Amino acid sequence: MRSTNMLAGAAAFAALATAAAADPLDIRVRGYVEPELQAFVESGNVSGQRRWNASVATEVSFESFWDNSNQWIVVKPFARLDLRDGNRSHADMREAKYARAIDNWEFRIGIDKVFWGVTEAVHLVDIINQSDFVESIDGEEKLGQPMVMVSTVQDFGTLTGYLLPFFRERTFPGRKGRPAFDIPVDDNQTLYESGAKEHHVDFALRYANTFDIWDVGVSYFQGTNRNPLLLPGLDAGGNPVLVPFYAQANRVSTDVQATSGAWLYKFEGFWQEQLNEQHLQATGGIEYTFYGIFDTPSDVGVVAEYVWDDRGANPQNPFANDMFMALRWTPNDAASTAVLAGATVDLDTQALGFSIEAERRFGDDYFVSLEGRFFANVPRTDPLFSYSDDSFLQLRIARYF
Amino acid sequence: MPIRILSGSVGFALAAMLALPVSAEPVALPDDPEAKGRAIAEETDRRNRGFGDSRASMHMILENAYGETSTRELRSMTLEKPNPDEGDWTLNVFDKPRDVDGTALLTHARILDPDDQWMYLPAVKRVKRISSVNKSGPFMGSEFAFEDFSSTEIDKYGYKWLRDEACPEPVADRTCHVTERTPLYEHSGYTRQIAWTDTTDYQPRKIEYYDRKDELLKTLALTEYNLHEGKFWRAHDLYMQNVVTGKSTRLTWESFEFGTGLTQNDFSTNALQRAR
Repeated sequence: MRSTNMLAGAAAFAALATAAAADPLDIRVRGYVEPELQAFVESGNVSGQRRWNASVATEVSFESFWDNSNQWIVVKPFARLDLRDGNRSHADMREAKYARAIDNWEFRIGIDKVFWGVTEAVHLVDIINQSDFVESIDGEEKLGQPMVMVSTVQDFGTLTGYLLPFFRERTFPGRKGRPAFDIPVDDNQTLYESGAKEHHVDFALRYANTFDIWDVGVSYFQGTNRNPLLLPGLDAGGNPVLVPFYAQANRVSTDVQATSGAWLYKFEGFWQEQLNEQHLQATGGIEYTFYGIFDTPSDVGVVAEYVWDDRGANPQNPFANDMFMALRWTPNDAASTAVLAGATVDLDTQALGFSIEAERRFGDDYFVSLEGRFFANVPRTDPLFSYSDDSFLQLRIARYF
Repeated sequence: MPIRILSGSVGFALAAMLALPVSAEPVALPDDPEAKGRAIAEETDRRNRGFGDSRASMHMILENAYGETSTRELRSMTLEKPNPDEGDWTLNVFDKPRDVDGTALLTHARILDPDDQWMYLPAVKRVKRISSVNKSGPFMGSEFAFEDFSSTEIDKYGYKWLRDEACPEPVADRTCHVTERTPLYEHSGYTRQIAWTDTTDYQPRKIEYYDRKDELLKTLALTEYNLHEGKFWRAHDLYMQNVVTGKSTRLTWESFEFGTGLTQNDFSTNALQRAR
């Protein structure tokens, strides 16, 4: 289990913040326990990798609001126990924050999660939190980020500043973990550009506003890039490993969405300077929903997005010239059934990725989700080649309380 | 004014003291059926004006044709926009089912144009601007459509008074105006609605919804009316029956609070992420 000192720190913080509150607190406890089964289509090409895996995850949220809901504390620990992979057995404090709203100002201190962006396939501008990569390779699961945040809503828009005093390393699967790179990532050898390493103080600023049908965000980030370069190296036993290297980056980004009738038009892009090189990445596309098809309550949504990197095909970014298409079906039933099927094509390497996610509620407290990810036609030159033998199906059954 | 579900009333005592006592005093209505229908809606609207802001809790029980039920719970906040060209602002935060706990829906309503709407997904901390043309879609899988919830601004409909007759149970001893309403906004799932408005308090007692083929789709019974702040009537029990599928949804309101000091700041996309 990792991140235990982080958990202890957060718990101490939570205790302090609780003690600071004058009134006896009304604490609301919610959460889930979620067993998971994974089945892999092929045997792994690394010894120790198995065809199936089981694990269980839990997340509990302790919330307390007072002062007419203008002050609140949220503490939300998460943990997973994995049968095969020691790295995937991990605990993380997703949130442990004290927040206060005063008129049109909001302050937060502690561990929190922040999302920036509008697109569906990749999240280019979202940079505050590190990806909890062992949870999901789509990068949508995040580690808690220590921060001080100040935000104000003004006539000219919403302005938010973030001070990020501690950096979180990306989680990577261990030797027995799947899906994983064929050469394991060795985070005992993690390298940083900054001498301050994970104590480098990062900084971010964001402006967001709505202009009629337009929702616009412009952000600036300066600090340790969340996305590491993976350098070839050797471990103590002389086996080849990948060593994460976290560079310092300056990044200016924008995200824009126009909402017009049943059409959503989306764009995200950034300019970044890192290791004396500058580059651009962008993604954009459309989402259209056919509401109430065939006079039923069902909706069918279509998502089409393109992802681009001005460096062209490169080992650091599997999505340099890729097209993403997806269909989403929501019957709008009492069980909140939803099915999303998507395909990604790398226009440079013709590598294909397919995904299907289906979910629904059973009773009032059970939520079941089935996820499949399949890789096909991935050439050796594609950064995703390592995953090409890791196609899998995953079933999760969450019990909420 | 039919399902003014997401509204409230003025908080300061002064406004309450100045408020007209509720009475059955007759309202002067024009003779022309269309003008009369609109005048009835205006009277309902007038009686609800000045509520300022409100908070309330909602409980829904969804029942299918086999009698199986599921529940929904949410808290709702409303900010009245006094300008008749602007719709009210609402923020709904879900408590149950538990897998959507903390999910929030912010609506800045408009009159004939699609509303501005944002959804907050707490698991990923994401605020998403969403399309609001889905007026006829079910709200949380219930028999209520999104448009049944939206604030019923007068200019959203064309009106025609049909007749006066005895109100439906449990107030059959009273007289109701029966009015036909035709949605003027786009993407409605209804060709028309027929509303029974109580002549004593100008509150809706029953609404029939006719689908795009002009066949009866749903009926709504509004009961358990309570007077708040001495001025504002709220139905605490709304029972929607789908006559085609046999499904039904009972929606109950509780803990109405008025004049709680909510401002525009509480209806921003920032506030969406902290709503409780």
